[in-house]
Amino acid sequence: MVLVLALGDLHIPHRAPDLPAKFKSMLVPGKIQHIICTGNLCIKEVHDYLKTLCPDLHITRGEYDEDARYPETKTLTIGQFKLGLCHGHQVIPWGDLDSLAMLQRQLDVDILVTGHTHQFTAYKHEGGVVINPGSATGAYSSITYDVNPSFVLMDIDGLRVVVYVYELIDGEVKVDKIDFKKTASTHTAH
Amino acid sequence: MILADGIDDEDKWLAEGIAGVQHHAFFMHRALDDNNLRDALKYSALMLSELRTSRLSPHKYYELYMRAFDELRRLELFFKDESRHGIPVFDLYELVQHAGNILPRLYLLCTVGSVYLRCKDAPVKDVLKDLVEMCRAVQHPVRGLFLRSYLAQISKDKLPDIGSEYEGEGDSGNVMDAVEFVLQNFMEMNKLWVRLQHQVGKNLHILSQIEGVDLEIYKDTVLPSVLEQVVNCKDDLAQFYLMECIIQVFPDEYHLQTLETLLGAYPQLQSTVDIKTILSQLMDRLSNYAASNAEVLPEFLQVEAFTKLSTAIGRVIEAQADIPIVGAISLHVSLLTFTLRVHPDRLDYVDQVLGSCVKKLSGKPKLDNRATKQVVALLSAPLDKYNDIVTALTLSNYPRVMDHLDNQTNKVMAMLIIQSIMKNNTLISTADKVEVLFELIKGLITDLDDTTLDEVDEEDFSEEQNSVARLIHMLHNNDPEEMFKIICSVKKHIMRGGPRRLPFTVPSLIFSALRLVRQLQGQDGDVVGEEVPTTPKKIFQLLNEIIEALSSVSCPELALRLYLQCAEAANDCDLEPVAYEFFTEAFVLYEEEIADSKAQVTAIHLIVGTLQRMNVFGVENRDTLTHKATGYSAKLLKKPDQCRAVYACSHLFWVDDQDGIKDGERVLLCLKRALRIANAAQQMANVARGSSGPVTLFVEILNKYIYYFEKGNPQITSATIQGLIELITTEIQGDSTSALPASDPFFTSTLRYIQFQKQKGGILGEKYESIKV
Repeated sequence: MVLVLALGDLHIPHRAPDLPAKFKSMLVPGKIQHIICTGNLCIKEVHDYLKTLCPDLHITRGEYDEDARYPETKTLTIGQFKLGLCHGHQVIPWGDLDSLAMLQRQLDVDILVTGHTHQFTAYKHEGGVVINPGSATGAYSSITYDVNPSFVLMDIDGLRVVVYVYELIDGEVKVDKIDFKKTASTHTAH
Repeated sequence: MILADGIDDEDKWLAEGIAGVQHHAFFMHRALDDNNLRDALKYSALMLSELRTSRLSPHKYYELYMRAFDELRRLELFFKDESRHGIPVFDLYELVQHAGNILPRLYLLCTVGSVYLRCKDAPVKDVLKDLVEMCRAVQHPVRGLFLRSYLAQISKDKLPDIGSEYEGEGDSGNVMDAVEFVLQNFMEMNKLWVRLQHQVGKNLHILSQIEGVDLEIYKDTVLPSVLEQVVNCKDDLAQFYLMECIIQVFPDEYHLQTLETLLGAYPQLQSTVDIKTILSQLMDRLSNYAASNAEVLPEFLQVEAFTKLSTAIGRVIEAQADIPIVGAISLHVSLLTFTLRVHPDRLDYVDQVLGSCVKKLSGKPKLDNRATKQVVALLSAPLDKYNDIVTALTLSNYPRVMDHLDNQTNKVMAMLIIQSIMKNNTLISTADKVEVLFELIKGLITDLDDTTLDEVDEEDFSEEQNSVARLIHMLHNNDPEEMFKIICSVKKHIMRGGPRRLPFTVPSLIFSALRLVRQLQGQDGDVVGEEVPTTPKKIFQLLNEIIEALSSVSCPELALRLYLQCAEAANDCDLEPVAYEFFTEAFVLYEEEIADSKAQVTAIHLIVGTLQRMNVFGVENRDTLTHKATGYSAKLLKKPDQCRAVYACSHLFWVDDQDGIKDGERVLLCLKRALRIANAAQQMANVARGSSGPVTLFVEILNKYIYYFEKGNPQITSATIQGLIELITTEIQGDSTSALPASDPFFTSTLRYIQFQKQKGGILGEKYESIKV
């Protein structure tokens, strides 16, 4: 069992002063094995904060990130899953599932995590999963109105991944759970 | 008079001691009657052990000592008569030194010593010297003093004074030895006495525990006479010590009720007394008293504690003209702490304390480190107390105190203020308060002096400016009118920040304003009242100015992003000209300022991505903008970037959720153009590297064909897709020198997708049926 924290679009300090206190108290060091961040942190302080939660930190570059060294896309393998990471402003139309599916094929991954829309989504697509963890700070978005702060925890266990979505709605943290199983066909096709 | 517990206890201990002395003395008497030396020594030692107590005050100890002293007279008589115990005095002197405990041993030694001296068997001066040295082993002030006084007692008639029978010839001892002995004993006693002096304060403690001393007696008798003693003793150490005692031992409510008398004594103390500390202690005590029980607060008001303390501090500072500035400020810190605890609701008091501090500070040279720390403590106290900067913002003297800090500390204080706001999640909700706040943190907002920015630590600077950026989100009011005023105020201040600060602070302001735009967008435009209401249009004008300032300090990439954000917001407000204006600005920046090829690629993504979502434009404006955007795309430096940007532009002509724009032909034109660029890229790769390189671009374009094929673009047929698949297959095989089983994961997964759709069936599946993979 491996816990992966997926989050992004914090936009600190441009659009939000900080992560919600409730999230901060939930995110404690030592519990999470990997962090994947889609980008738009935007400043080093946030990077350093994430690093304190878990040293294995993977970040792709959002259009507001000051650190130019983050790559545009990144792939990594966790357990039996291949994960792809991309901020998503490069994929037009923004947030369009069919276009994201193309990126998923291009990166050849089981799970694609992108951001940019600030809207949490999780789709099963042709045997794979496309996830958008939303904005961890509930930052303003020109795409999504009334953004609730959200992030995603993925519990990867064998061929199964359970996606927990944490959303802050009216000051209360709501948790949702989505279950995905990797089908043998996608696996053997490689 | 009824005795309090403390007195009871001491009497009890004395009674126990006396009983112990009597008990052991009884057995000692029996031993003496029997001429039993062994038991006499045993019981006398036990009896003397009672003197080992530390629980008695000197006064009570004296009583106990006198009991033992009487008994020792009898023992001495016994020792003197060798016929009764049969041991020579010299041996006896050795023998008593075997007693187990030091104090009984030394009393016995002195007792035998008395006999030893009298018989003159040994040189007098040696015995005296031995005794006075041995007694040094007891260092407890009370026990030591009484032991030495016993030594003085037994030896006073045996000193080798001139003409005395003990004055000997040669080495046995003369007057000089007598003087030396007495002096040494005196010096030792004096040392013990100094330590005992500190126990004088105990009397005050005892006084405080006498229950009969009620407030009336304390006020009329006890305090005046104690203070009189204190003032008259004219010893600065004693005064300090005794004033401290008074404050510590008497109940808080007494202090409160006699504040005037107590404070009145302060100016009469020696000028070298550390009044500052005493006053601080008094205020701390009273603060704690107030904090412990809310019911006592009316008393503080009734006796006007604040005014009295405040006046007293003024007098002390005035009287002690040379009081260091740090001392004066720390007095104010204590008074402020007192005020915040006792009168948290009296902001006028708090401001008064700050004001008095300003008075003390004005005209003073630069503060040293310690004084600076005190000023920071003074300014931090209200923040910590109220956990709410809004309260501090109402204190008119607060910024005036801050003005006395050096620039560096001023910034530190400003950071503390921001951190307090963040920690407590305080919203600053009016433009007036925002103004005051910016006055407080002005050290972060502009350059206060001529310090060139090169001297500033880069990381500190970033941290400070990012804090300001975070802070801007806390300046908020749900009322659009007030919020607009806040935004105007913030704009006014941060625009003075200069080229180094604007990139940090502008984005926050922009998004704060965009949030307001969104809020207004949801409301109907009906105007109530005469005032011109805040409109999105007005806000957009402001936004335009702000971003323009940013772009003029060479931050074109950030400015372009913000222009696009505004364009989209204007789109949502249905303001076509405004949106067009923002796009124009973004395009101008792109053309004139963004030269880096990587930055251009991202900018194109953002331009095309935004433009794709715009629905406010009429045909003409839209054509102009899409034409520009596709033009930029085709002119990117690297062929792959060109290719990708061009196929992305195809989405400008096909917007899924919008009726008007489904221009299949122009989509196809884009895709074909992208293919041509991909071909060119391939050929260039061939020339440059001798191999055609990966087919990624072709597969990407194939995926775009599939996308439009599924969306029902009539221009994209299964035949076109089939053709492209075959093209790619050929490309891969043509490149077979590199990879043995010619394969490309992207291509493979694309083909697998087609397969997947065919199998899934339905309408899409039917469309795919004719395609062979």
